[in-house]
Amino acid sequence: MQNNCHLRRKLINGLMQVITCLCSLMVVVPLCLVFYHVLKSGIGSINWAFFTQLPKPVGETGGGMANAIVGTFELLGLASLIGVPIGILGGIFLSEYGSIRLNWGIRFGADVLNGVPSIIWGMVVYALVVLPQHRFSALAGGIVLGMIMIPLIMRTTEEVLRLVPNGYREAALALGIAQWRTILQIVVRTALKGIVTGVLLALARVAGETAPLLFTALGNRYWNHHLSDPIAALPLQIFNYAISPYEDWHRQAWAGALVLLLFVAIVNVSVRVLTRDKFAQTR
Amino acid sequence: MLMTEDQQKVRPPTPVVIPRTEVPQKKVSGPPGSSTPAISVRDLSVYFGANQVLKRVNLDVPAQAVTAIIGPSGCGKSTFLRAINRMHDLVPSARIEGRIQLFGEDIHGDHLEPVQVRRRVGMVFQKSNPFPTMSIADNVTVGLRLNGLRKNSVLAERMEQALVMAALWDEVKDRLSSPAVSLSGGQQQRLCIARALAVQPEVLLMDEPASALDPLATARIEDLILELKRDYTIIIVTHNMQQAARISDDTAFFYLGELIEFGTTSKLFTSPSKKQTEDYVTGRFG
Repeated sequence: MQNNCHLRRKLINGLMQVITCLCSLMVVVPLCLVFYHVLKSGIGSINWAFFTQLPKPVGETGGGMANAIVGTFELLGLASLIGVPIGILGGIFLSEYGSIRLNWGIRFGADVLNGVPSIIWGMVVYALVVLPQHRFSALAGGIVLGMIMIPLIMRTTEEVLRLVPNGYREAALALGIAQWRTILQIVVRTALKGIVTGVLLALARVAGETAPLLFTALGNRYWNHHLSDPIAALPLQIFNYAISPYEDWHRQAWAGALVLLLFVAIVNVSVRVLTRDKFAQTR
Repeated sequence: MLMTEDQQKVRPPTPVVIPRTEVPQKKVSGPPGSSTPAISVRDLSVYFGANQVLKRVNLDVPAQAVTAIIGPSGCGKSTFLRAINRMHDLVPSARIEGRIQLFGEDIHGDHLEPVQVRRRVGMVFQKSNPFPTMSIADNVTVGLRLNGLRKNSVLAERMEQALVMAALWDEVKDRLSSPAVSLSGGQQQRLCIARALAVQPEVLLMDEPASALDPLATARIEDLILELKRDYTIIIVTHNMQQAARISDDTAFFYLGELIEFGTTSKLFTSPSKKQTEDYVTGRFG
């Protein structure tokens, strides 16, 4: 009887191990498939022209996505101008100031916002910026991406600031250093790598957003010369090309997808490198 | 006789029953021969929420001397120390009653900000906490720099001064730009003392500064404290009664949030006037 129980327990344990292992593999397998497929389909269309030329009209082969690549970086820059300072300062408030109840409310709000589908962000900015101005614009695209970044950065900043041991705050305050200086020059400085990590991850996340840009940045087949004009972005260009009936555009879409994927992958890898360095330093 | 934490847990908290009336509720006079006290505490009570941690403490800390605070864990030693540089202001649930005067000035007065109090009352913590992002030199000068002192020549001078006083200069003078965390534990604690000294406070609070150090490093810190008392008023919380006996001029014994006895160290350790004090210093409890 006892032996039977023992065997049963071992069996269930083994089964559990296999199931959980399979489930975790299901995370990795699609990643590899996606990467493989995008690489295979996109690598053929990646050439110098892809990075340097504007899209060609339908029927002409060649051309590239230079405007979309530059546009994506422009939008990310605009988004950072909005998302990074507000996100970081908000995170500082959550971690260093405020009361328990107020912060609970703000934290809850930020978490809900993090779960809001990005198309809804697009509609909000469409109503707030695009409609009053009567035009789609790069500015509206930057605003929507920045708004998506705010709650993301706020929460990661809060988390890493809370990891800074209280002893450092106390030591600084005991030296007669004002609280705001303590926060900016001791606490934030100690957690700087974590904050940068959070910002990079937020950038990687919004770099691939397509839906909100449909309502705001709209896309552009030419260079954008003014922030109040529509602007091209990689995800938009991929979307437009992928739904088109032209074989040549499909190939370009694959190439665009590959570039976008590589950008996100590079950001993620650099974040890994940064955090590894951080752990090495804190012993 | 020093008890380990485990022994304290095993023993009942109050093996000696003392009637409440014996506890001094009114002023405990300073040690004989003291002139103007550096810190004078009157009817100090500290609450955390509904929990009263310090109960009407009266104490005069003499200037340019070492005052040790002893007592079992949880008796309010650290709470008392932190009241003196207004560290409790950071805890929303903390409430303070009574008066603390720093050289005659009320530290809760309208004209004094907590920041100003802390500039005059430095603190060294139990766990050494040099700032990990800064070099040895920057750690020492951080208090000056972040209070607006910019002149490099002055900073360098004050840094050397502080490191010499903390008996660390000879060990670090060739590696001032190395990270502070590359120092050994004992060196880190002396660095923290140098950091506190660099802003030239009048009073130095030390919360078990040597409890995490080995005997050799402890001896160095103790020597340092004896050196420093020529210029500074030092209040040191310690669990180590031999340490209190070695370095302090006066000793205060706290128990369950009350100041039981305060007097010269030699008297308190050899002929205490209270039974509780005697039981504690002879190691019968705590």
